[in-house]
Formats: sequence, structure tokens, C-alpha cells
Amino acid sequence: MTEVKLPDPEQLASGILRGERAAVASGLNLLDNKLAAARDRSARLLASLSGERWLNDGHLIGVTGPPGAGKSSLVAAMIREWRLAGRTVGVLAVDPSSRPELGGGALLGDRIRIKNSSYDEGLFIRSLANRSQLGGVATEVWPMSWLMLGCFDIVVIETVGVGQTEIDIAEIGDTVCYVAQPASGDTIQYLKSGIIEIPDIFAVNKADLGAAAHKTASELGRSASRPDRREGWDYPVCLVSATTHTGIKPFLDHFDRHRSFLTDAGLLGKLRSRHQSAWVMRLLKEEFGTFGLELAGGHGIIDQRLSENRCNQFAEYERMRMHILSRFTSGKSSSNSTR
Amino acid sequence: MVAVQKKRDQPWLMRTYSGHSSAKASNALYRTNLAKGQTGLSVAFDLPTQTGYDADSPLARGEVGKVGVPISSIEDMDQLFDQIPLDQMNTSMTINATAAWLLSLYIGLAQRRGIDAKKLSGTTQNDIIKEYLSRGTYIYPPGPSMRLIADTINYTVKQVPKWNPTNICSYHLQEAGATPVQELAYALCTAMAVLDRVKASGEIEPAAFPQVVERMSFFVNAGIRFVEECCKLRAFGEMWDELALTRYKVEDPKLRRFRYGVQVNSLGLTEPQPENNVQRIVLEMLAVVLSKGARARAIQLPAWNEAMGLPRPWDQQWALRMQQVVAFETDLLEYEDILDGSPVIAAKVRELIAGARTEIDNVEAQGGIIAAIESGYIKRELVGSHMNRLRAIESGDLKIIGVNCFQETAVSPLTLGSDGAIMKTNPAAEREQIERLQAQRKNRNADDVRAALQGLADAARSGENIMPSSIRCALAGVSTGEWGDSLRAVFGEFRPPTGIDIAIDSREVLGKRDQVTDLRARVASTGAALGRPLKLLVGKPGLDGHSNGAEQVAVKARDVGFEVVYDGIRLTPQQIAQAAQEEGVHMVGLSILSGSHMELVESVLQELRLRDLANVPVIAGGIIPPEDAEKLTSLGVRAVYTPKDFNLNTIMEDMVNVIRECNGLERLPAMN
Repeated sequence: MTEVKLPDPEQLASGILRGERAAVASGLNLLDNKLAAARDRSARLLASLSGERWLNDGHLIGVTGPPGAGKSSLVAAMIREWRLAGRTVGVLAVDPSSRPELGGGALLGDRIRIKNSSYDEGLFIRSLANRSQLGGVATEVWPMSWLMLGCFDIVVIETVGVGQTEIDIAEIGDTVCYVAQPASGDTIQYLKSGIIEIPDIFAVNKADLGAAAHKTASELGRSASRPDRREGWDYPVCLVSATTHTGIKPFLDHFDRHRSFLTDAGLLGKLRSRHQSAWVMRLLKEEFGTFGLELAGGHGIIDQRLSENRCNQFAEYERMRMHILSRFTSGKSSSNSTR
Repeated sequence: MVAVQKKRDQPWLMRTYSGHSSAKASNALYRTNLAKGQTGLSVAFDLPTQTGYDADSPLARGEVGKVGVPISSIEDMDQLFDQIPLDQMNTSMTINATAAWLLSLYIGLAQRRGIDAKKLSGTTQNDIIKEYLSRGTYIYPPGPSMRLIADTINYTVKQVPKWNPTNICSYHLQEAGATPVQELAYALCTAMAVLDRVKASGEIEPAAFPQVVERMSFFVNAGIRFVEECCKLRAFGEMWDELALTRYKVEDPKLRRFRYGVQVNSLGLTEPQPENNVQRIVLEMLAVVLSKGARARAIQLPAWNEAMGLPRPWDQQWALRMQQVVAFETDLLEYEDILDGSPVIAAKVRELIAGARTEIDNVEAQGGIIAAIESGYIKRELVGSHMNRLRAIESGDLKIIGVNCFQETAVSPLTLGSDGAIMKTNPAAEREQIERLQAQRKNRNADDVRAALQGLADAARSGENIMPSSIRCALAGVSTGEWGDSLRAVFGEFRPPTGIDIAIDSREVLGKRDQVTDLRARVASTGAALGRPLKLLVGKPGLDGHSNGAEQVAVKARDVGFEVVYDGIRLTPQQIAQAAQEEGVHMVGLSILSGSHMELVESVLQELRLRDLANVPVIAGGIIPPEDAEKLTSLGVRAVYTPKDFNLNTIMEDMVNVIRECNGLERLPAMN
């Protein structure tokens, strides 16, 4: 077995907070690494990055929608505006993987569509395969987006919307945006599916198509503002065109407005803390299964312990992990001794 | 017995596709070629000229004077045609996105020399549609590109009537993998799109429209299956005649003739035992000369060593002599069409026409060729055909002598020379061209330039024909980059779907199943040992747009389990290194076919070192001569793949081992 060289997590964390690109890249690699030694260091990295800031700073934005809606072009247009305004942007572009029995490979082609042609120090794009999470988002996306939040003003997670993805993306982003394609059956399916509950902002891209775009926008507008939804937020529907770069600025204003809404209502910290807990739970379950969660005291206890340490759930996660691991090993040795 | 020569048909125009280093060096080459009996010129432009950049643009670095001649302004055009009378020459220019510009320089030069534009004859390739599918030297989106084509047609039909303003190309479709049926169908769909666009512009009187149809010419490929290829050309003739009559109501049969030029197939030329390419080229030429009714108007043949690098003057002479032997020594030109009346040929032609009609209907049902390109349909079909071909070569079903059978060979004396049997472009060409351009910029009237560029931008916006203002720019001394940038500002730039945006059914493309299963296990276990799935960046630095090789590697790597980041064409070394860092890849694969591999690969390595990524292995693929491959290896490139490495499974196996070695893992034993 080879020694895979792993970086020192504490040094890495300070590099990331200083906004060093090399540290960001290497931190993302570490969070993606499944070797046991790397998992330990990942937990340490997250622990040293987390703090109050992680509950209050930056803006985590999820962008989703059906294939062909022009999400990447729209994200590119959004980035152009943000960069003009001097805000730095990190992007996680998630693409599907082929099924494991077909090799599990992936073609990650979003970068080419998002990127501006010129070199830009204030923009960082990482493409990611969803690694067959049954249509959902790869588990790695959560910590990776938090890492980026440590050094970019805005972090965008772009995914193809296929049901489960929306549900997942709502557990990552502060603000979720659905990009609709005019004149396509997708929107109708979408309205029927009930997932329309999730997004905070709707964009109808390709507004240059005219009537079809207006029709889609009004369909969305009718269904989006339902009385049972979050009070005090108006669920705007925007007509935009990435190709002609129209409607982008007013569209982006809604994102800022939504973020202020969350802060003013005291929701932002709670939302993020809930997302972090959800991820820790997901991770524990992925590693140890339902049985492992029971060993750590079950959902209720875990939730409580995480919420007691809101600023640093990752240190708590690490403690629980160690605890479960020790219970597994002790259980194993006791079964050996009875034999 | 010596046969008395009977009355013979006129032979076709004989050309050699050439140009390199500088206008001066290329002019010398052209005059030598004409003295050897060449009857027309075929100008190869370098990539900055083809993609509308000046020689001193950062994107042009390493590309100036490589695959053709750099033309930065009318002064270069003047030098290129020094002592060549424009009114007596037939000049073909392989130029597309900037065709309107190079044609303007040519017309502007004629004007400056006092030559009537009505006397100019020649061809601008000017088929921007196929650039999106193959070749890749597009600049603007399809809408403005179609308009540029239409503008040049509308202008030349009236002002330069002997000019062929566009050459609808099926050539590059075959290079991208098209079958004969696909070549027929997509070329004719493109022709319809162009003619419909010209018609819609309303610039041509309905009564004059047959003249527009008559000026349409084609640029066709001919592969080694020469019987089928010959039938393809007969099919082209029949289908074009019918289309011109029924769709465009051209009554005069003379105006409905299918006129085409040819460059025979490069895809099938081999790097191993390169001397075999000579017989391949001759047989491929037979396809386009045998049948008098479907004979080419102009032929240019590749050289025997094209798969190894740029041909030298002697190699090009040999290619010209092949044409001359067929035209002047054989009795071919003494007969009427020798294939007329053959039931076998007639049946094959019918079969091809039926297949092409079905595919044309299919494309038209999708809204025509532009819609089918934008949706990715055509690219997907071509990538699919190309992968089928590669699979057949890998499995041995398609035999290629010296490549997948009969590999044993004596040492070839042809490749022993100290020059590596290829042409070296002048390494100082780039610096000299930049100096020349910068001097020329100082020598022109800044007010004239500003006014001319303003006129160009106004015409671009208003929809007025682009040619008159472009000719004014040419005469004012505007540079190629300035012309390109002015239109970029109005039209925008385009990135079409790459072949890999399209998920290809793995069962169709995988080749040997047992090897693929083995490769997937190797990729998975190596990824597990390193802690995360293997991630590969496939990049194309420079201006070269031939993306087929890069796309095949990307698709294959995905199929065996890599996570592949493909960033498309025209990237600077800095962008590639930045992507490697941001994406956290285990390997960087570079594909370069323009001959600028030394400069570009070196820059990428340097940029990677700057980012502390010297430990990320870099591999390179392309037309790379052995001594360059050695130099690249000594610079730190971990593997170099050339056209002789046709087996993608073997390349994948090797890539996994390179990643393993660079990460301290042991190499895996060779696959069965």
C-alpha cells in the first residue's frame, strides 16, 4: 500500500481562509478522498474552518432545472454580473455519472459552458460527478460547498433537476433557483410533481422566444405563490435570456433580497445549521447504516448533540464517529470472546 | 507499340495544398510548384488567420506560420502573390470563418494592381457550417456565419462572377467519420441551407437565381473504398441535378452540373509503413477521375508522409506527379464515361441515393441542418460512425495494412534522412511575422483605419452586405485580428456542442468486451487506492480545432470509468493549468494536431509548475514526429501517442499505469 501524501488540515484551513487557490483546490481534493486517513483529516479540516462565520457569511445558491434549460449559460451570465460588481464566485457543477456496472465514469462538460474566455482570479469552478446517488446530489457536495463558502462571496451549486436533486439541493442552498425552459412539457411535469414547493426564485430562460416564455412564466407564477409557503417571501418568477444577456441584473437582485430576507427573519443561521446536521446524519448513515445511528443514540440524541454545538458540528461529528467505531470494535471483540 | 494520342479531354486543375512560415516563403514555394506543372494554387492559412487573430495575440502563440501561411494584412497578401498574375491564376483558399476577409484582401489587392475583379477566378471554401462539426475554425454563431456566406455569394455573383464563393464541404465530414450516405445527405442539406438563405436575403433577382445555383461548388473526400466512392460521386451528381431542378427551378441543365474539387482522404493515411500511403492516394484519386460524368474539376493530393508531419517540397512534387501520370500517361482521358451502363454501378448508386434521401428527410424534419447541428444530432451521428470505424480497426474487422495486420517491415530508406522525412517550419517565423505586422501598423493612416473599421461595424449591425466595407478595410491596411474582433463585438462568439456532450450508448463503442471489463476494474481499483475516482482533464491548447481525437479519448476514458473534464478547443496553457488545479485531476491529456506541440506543451508544463502541480502527469497526443516525442519526454511529458497508437484500450491501460507510477503504485501487468 502506498503512502498517498495528504496535506495538513490546519495549515490548509488557514490557506483557504486567505483565499489561496492552491489551498482551495487541495482542500476540495481532501474532502473528496475516501481513504481512512483522509476522512480523519477532512473532519479536522471542516472543524478548523467552521465557526460563526459559517452560519452568517456568504451566500450559498443552488441552481437546478431540466436538461436543456440553459442553466450553465445562465450561470455564466450571473457570474459575469457578480464579477463586474467585484464579488468572488465559487462554482460546483454537478453532472451525472454512468451506472456503476457501466464503469461509473462521467463526462464533466459544464466548465466549458460556464467559463468566460479570459483568466479570472475571482472565479473558481470545480466539476463533480454525482456518483450515482440515485438521481440525488453526491454526498461530497455539502462539505465542498462549505469549504468554498470560506473564501468566496458567492457559492453556486449547479445540478440537473431530476426530482431527488431538488430535494437534496434544498438541503444545501440558502437560496434555491429553478430554471425553466419555455414551451416544454418539463414545466408542466414540474408543476404536477409537488417539487415546486422547493425553489425560492424561478427563472424562465430563453425569454427571447417571446410568447412561449411568457406563458411558462405565468404558469409558474400561478403555482409558485401558494399561501402555505414561507411567509414574507414572494417567490418571484423572472424572465431572463442568457444569450442576449437580458433581465439578468433584476434577476440577481432577487438573490440579494432573498438573503436579506433570511437574515432579517433570523432564518439563515438556522437553515445552515439544519443543513449541516442533515449532512452529518447522512454521512453517519452512509458509513455505519441505521444500526450505527442507533449505536450513537438514534436520530433524536444525535440531533440534540449537533444543535448544542451549532458552530462546530464537525468536531461533534468526529466524536460520534469515533464513538460508533469504538462500539463496533468492542462489539466485535465481545462476540469473539463469547465464541 | 506506341498508341497515337487521340483527342483527349482537358485534365482537371492540379493543385497542392500548401503554405507555411511566411508570405515570402510560401510565394517562393508556389512559384516552384507552378514551374513544375501545377495549374492552380491552393493556399493553406495558419490558424490565427483562419480564426481571426493577429500574430501577436496571446492565443496565436506557437501557431503562427505552422499549418499554413500567416496573412495579417494586404501587405502579406501582396507578398504571397508576388510575381503571380492574379487575372491568370486560379486560386483556391481554404478559409472559412474569415473567408469574407481573405476574399476582400484578394479583391483589394487586385484593385491595387489595377486588375478588374471580373477577371479573378478561384474558390473560397467558406463553408462555416461544417466547421461546427469538424475542423473547428468557427468564430461566430451559426446565424451570423450563414449571413457571411450569403453576403459573399451575393457580392461575387454580381462583382466577381468567375469566383466560386463557397465550397460545400463533405470532405471534413468524412474525416470526422461520416459514411458515404452521411456525406451525401449532410452536404446537400448544407447546400440547401445556404441557397435558402441567399434566396431569403432578396438581394438576387429571381431570374438571376439559377446563376447562384451554378456558382455553388463542392469539396469532396474520397476514401480507399474507391468503387463505392466513385458511386458516391455519381450519386452526388444525380441528386444535385434533381435538387436544382425541383427545389430551385433551374431549367438549364448546364447550370445544374455538380462541380467539385477533391482532396483525397487523410484519415486513412498511416504512420506505420508510410510508403503504403502512395498506393492509397492513387487509388483514392481513381474514385474521382474514373467516371467522366462525375469527374472532379480540381484535385489536390496529400503527400505520403502527411500522418508524420508537414510534407517537404519533394513530397508535394511526388503528389503532383501522381496526378500528372494519371492525366497524361494513362489513356483515361480518351474515353467517354466508362462506367455508364454498368448494372453493378447503377445499383450501388441507387442504394446510396435512397439512403441519403432518407437521411435528408430526417434532417429536414428536425428543422434543417442548422437545427440538427445545434441539437447535437449530427455530431452524435458522426462520432458514432467514427467510433464504429475505430472499433472495427481494433477488432481487426477493418484491415489496415501495416497497422493491424502485416506489421513486419524492413527498415524504410525513405524515413532515414536527418530531417526525419518531414518539413520543418521556420522557428523564427512567428517573431518575424509579429515584427512585420507591428511595422505595418505604424505605416498606415490611423484615421483611414478607424473610419474603415467603423464602416465594417455599421454594416455588421445594419445587415448591409459585409463585402464592400471589408474591401475598404483591406485597402486601409486593417489587420486580420482587427477585422475578426470588430465582428466578434457585433456577432458574439460561439461554442457548439462538443461530441462528448452527447451520451453515447456504451455498447456501441466499447470494442473488446473483456478488455473493457478489465480496464474498468483497473480504473476503479487505482481510484480506490488513491482515495477518489480517477479524474482526467482533456485539453486542446492553441487554435487547432480538430477535436475528434480528444473527444474519442474523452469518451473512451468515461466508458472505462474515468471522471473526465473536457474543456473544448482554443485554450491557453494558462487556462489548462488553471483547470487542472481547480478540478483536482490525476492526469492532463493534451491533443495538438497543428504542429505547435513543442511550444504549447512546454508552456502547459511551465504553468503547471507555477501552480505546484509538477507531479500531475501530462500526456500528449497528435501528429508528433519521433524526435519531438523524445524531446517532450525529456521535458517531463509521461507519454506521447501518435496516429500509430490506434488502439484506445491500450492507451487507457497505459494511462492508468502512468497515474499509478506517478503516485507510487506498482504498474499493473499487461492486459490480454
